Amino acid sequence: MTGSSFNADDLAQFKQTFFDECAELLADLEERLAAMQEETADSEALNAIFRAVHSIKAGAGAFGFTQLVQFAHRFEALLDRMRDGLVEQSERVADILVRAGDILACLVEASQSEQDLGENYGSEVCDEIDLLLAEIDGLESVLTSDEGNSVDTVVSEGPQEDQKNTVCTFLIEFAPKAELFRHANEPLFLIRELQGLGQVETECSLERLPALGSMEPEDAYLSWNLTLTTDKPEEDVREVFEFVEDDCDLKISAVQPEDVTHGSLSFHILDDVPETGDEDKSPGESDAEVLVAAKPATEPAAVVANVPVNAQKTSAAAPKAKATATPAQSTGVSSIRVDLDRVDRLVNVVGELVIAQSMQAQETEDRQGGHDFLINQANEDMSRIVREIQECVMAIRMQPVKSVFSRMPRLVREVSSKLNKQVRLLTEGEQTEVDKTVIEELADPLTHMIRNAIDHGIESPEEREGAGKKAAGAIKLLARHAGGNIIIQVIDNGSGINKDALLKKAISKGIVAEDAKLSDEEIEELIFAPGFSTAQAVTDVSGRGVGMDVVRRNINKLGGRISVQSVQGKGTCFTLTIPLSLAVLDGMLVAIGSEKYILPLASIVESFRPLDEQLRALAGGGEVVSMRGEYIRLIRAHHLFNVPGAVTDPCQGLVVVTETANGGKVGLLVDELIGQQQVVIKSIQENFDPVLGVSGATILGNGRVALILDIEQLKSMPVSADTWKPSSPEQSEASPANGDEAQIIAPEKMTDTEGMQVPATV
Amino acid sequence: MAKKVLTVDDSKTMRDMVRFTLSGAGFDVVEAEDGVQALSVLGTTSVDLIITDINMPNMDGVTLVRQVRGGSSHRGVPILVLTTEGGDAKKADGKAAGATGWIVKPFTPDKLVQVVNKVCP
Repeated sequence: MTGSSFNADDLAQFKQTFFDECAELLADLEERLAAMQEETADSEALNAIFRAVHSIKAGAGAFGFTQLVQFAHRFEALLDRMRDGLVEQSERVADILVRAGDILACLVEASQSEQDLGENYGSEVCDEIDLLLAEIDGLESVLTSDEGNSVDTVVSEGPQEDQKNTVCTFLIEFAPKAELFRHANEPLFLIRELQGLGQVETECSLERLPALGSMEPEDAYLSWNLTLTTDKPEEDVREVFEFVEDDCDLKISAVQPEDVTHGSLSFHILDDVPETGDEDKSPGESDAEVLVAAKPATEPAAVVANVPVNAQKTSAAAPKAKATATPAQSTGVSSIRVDLDRVDRLVNVVGELVIAQSMQAQETEDRQGGHDFLINQANEDMSRIVREIQECVMAIRMQPVKSVFSRMPRLVREVSSKLNKQVRLLTEGEQTEVDKTVIEELADPLTHMIRNAIDHGIESPEEREGAGKKAAGAIKLLARHAGGNIIIQVIDNGSGINKDALLKKAISKGIVAEDAKLSDEEIEELIFAPGFSTAQAVTDVSGRGVGMDVVRRNINKLGGRISVQSVQGKGTCFTLTIPLSLAVLDGMLVAIGSEKYILPLASIVESFRPLDEQLRALAGGGEVVSMRGEYIRLIRAHHLFNVPGAVTDPCQGLVVVTETANGGKVGLLVDELIGQQQVVIKSIQENFDPVLGVSGATILGNGRVALILDIEQLKSMPVSADTWKPSSPEQSEASPANGDEAQIIAPEKMTDTEGMQVPATV
Repeated sequence: MAKKVLTVDDSKTMRDMVRFTLSGAGFDVVEAEDGVQALSVLGTTSVDLIITDINMPNMDGVTLVRQVRGGSSHRGVPILVLTTEGGDAKKADGKAAGATGWIVKPFTPDKLVQVVNKVCP
């Protein structure tokens, strides 16, 4: 036999499993609760919620998280009544469920961090549940009061105070019913167990044995009279037959009459059933054991009365559950849990491997002059395999965005009810996968944007109807992959952005100069300006409207972009473009002077060497290059970063046309393209300070550091005064000022608000 | 030869604890996450004891018990149902379906081994 409890190490390991499991269960719980609010829940939802709470309770009981057990127990009792169809769906119930879910989550967290939330934590909800249960059970007990006492007659954990270790002899008449064997009970084991208690004399009765021809091989026909002499109390003897009580006729009597009380203790101890219904309802129980032990006596009426209904329900729900089971559930079989630290370490080491591999490849190539076929072949193979390893490793960290999306329905419900608006939330592409870190960082911005959408976007039902729209607004949350990015859109069909109001406000706040002429897109961009509030009044829902700049900062931190499109009266669409992984980047290595830089491959459209006549200078400073009739702003990277010795004549260098998520194209002048390379991103911000125009750094094959350029930021960097001068006057006369696309705002105007990123082009 | 126990529970914590405890007591332990999986395990593996949770997705414990008793390969194998519902109701459900006995959660390792030894010595 093992020890009476687990040792500390094992327990810690089980606890970790338990908390991991809790996290999944709680996420599922929240999702199901939300689905129930939305009334999109299937019949399985309630069962799943019940199971989640139940599992948490069971695990918590094993680890002695008393408070958690007690609360889960209460929660579970409510859910159980709901499963039995005893609770009518109402706002009140929905509210209690959501709050109970929250408290459960907090209690789990508190248990994990060994934090004490105070004895009364969650008591408010407990009281409400109790009240609700009392209402239900009040009704219930009227219906079933007759049966109340007839159940549980054989709970023999009765009072034991006058148990003495006196030797006693019991006469046991044990006559199994025919079906005993069908339940895989075995009289032989029982007799052996009795032998463990003391001395046993057995006498087998063949009375019931039929003729061989009429004998059912699986039926039990024998019966026994057993005489047990033991110093153990009757309870122990009875416990031996615990599992077969219903499968046999059993009579146990003490033959040595010195302890007369035993006789009266034997079967019907109704008077002594210690726990009553009150116990279940008193919130202050302190011991998990007590709670579990109390259950048989507390719920007899309610539960037993509903057994048939309950059983039918569960079995009826089972096939449905199979049909609606999500893919995630069915793949759970072949998955393992790995500590995130280990994965991160692996990611890091593989990153180093990639660098080391490319160093080696470059070095061998340099020494061989690239002539040794075998070495080249080996290098290529190696590079391919390393890349494959890296992809596999990155895939480990990928998770569906569902875990964030599933928190939103609840948010929508809360916020909209607070604001008396009607909002429907639709989600699409929940299974789209993205790096775990990204997912975690997504929650806050999305929460903020959805709040904003409900608060500022969606109008009140009256306004909407006045505008000829449906009273209920809709918000759509959408995720999909696009190249190495995940695109997440938050679309509402509300009032859209009022551009005039926005511009006025921006001017009054001094964010934009009074005479500034901004395009629609630029005006929309203003909502990302720091300290910009678009709300007419300060609300407690989305605060002072300072959020969008924070949202943008958060998204930028992820290497992503956020943009907004809006049609007044129709709605607004926020688009987030975020790289799938924060750790690696497909880059293009370019040379500018003596320096090497990395451009994100995803942003490169094409590159070309312009002819003289394709270049134009603009009056306000800055220059453009025409590409198949389209004018693109030209950025000289060597100017921005003061790189000496770079090619200054675009006709001698290369223009790399890049496109950012916001849609604007710019041409970047570089000396030459060196090659495509996957690079491991090292943060400059973390290790140094944020550098404008640079999103990070990487280590090249030769051990040198190359900066990774941030195209979006490059676009908003001031152009150096030393721009390209047209070589002949007739070239400048075809000034491209007639198209919107070439309308360029002088950079001084754009950058007078620090950190604001109004794009300088298009 | 060591006896083989099938533990059926949708909670990994529980499966882990059962596995750990019974492995320590000299049993071989195989796992399943729900009734459906359990039946598929039983289709290919012969076990000496089944310990199953009641509340599980896809197929609950009571249905599993009924299916095993109604099948041919393991109809005579002892089945213990795990219950926290204190449950005389659940115990009765389990028994009615053909379970051999029950274990009340939370249990100590000792208690588990004791009950397992009782039906599968």
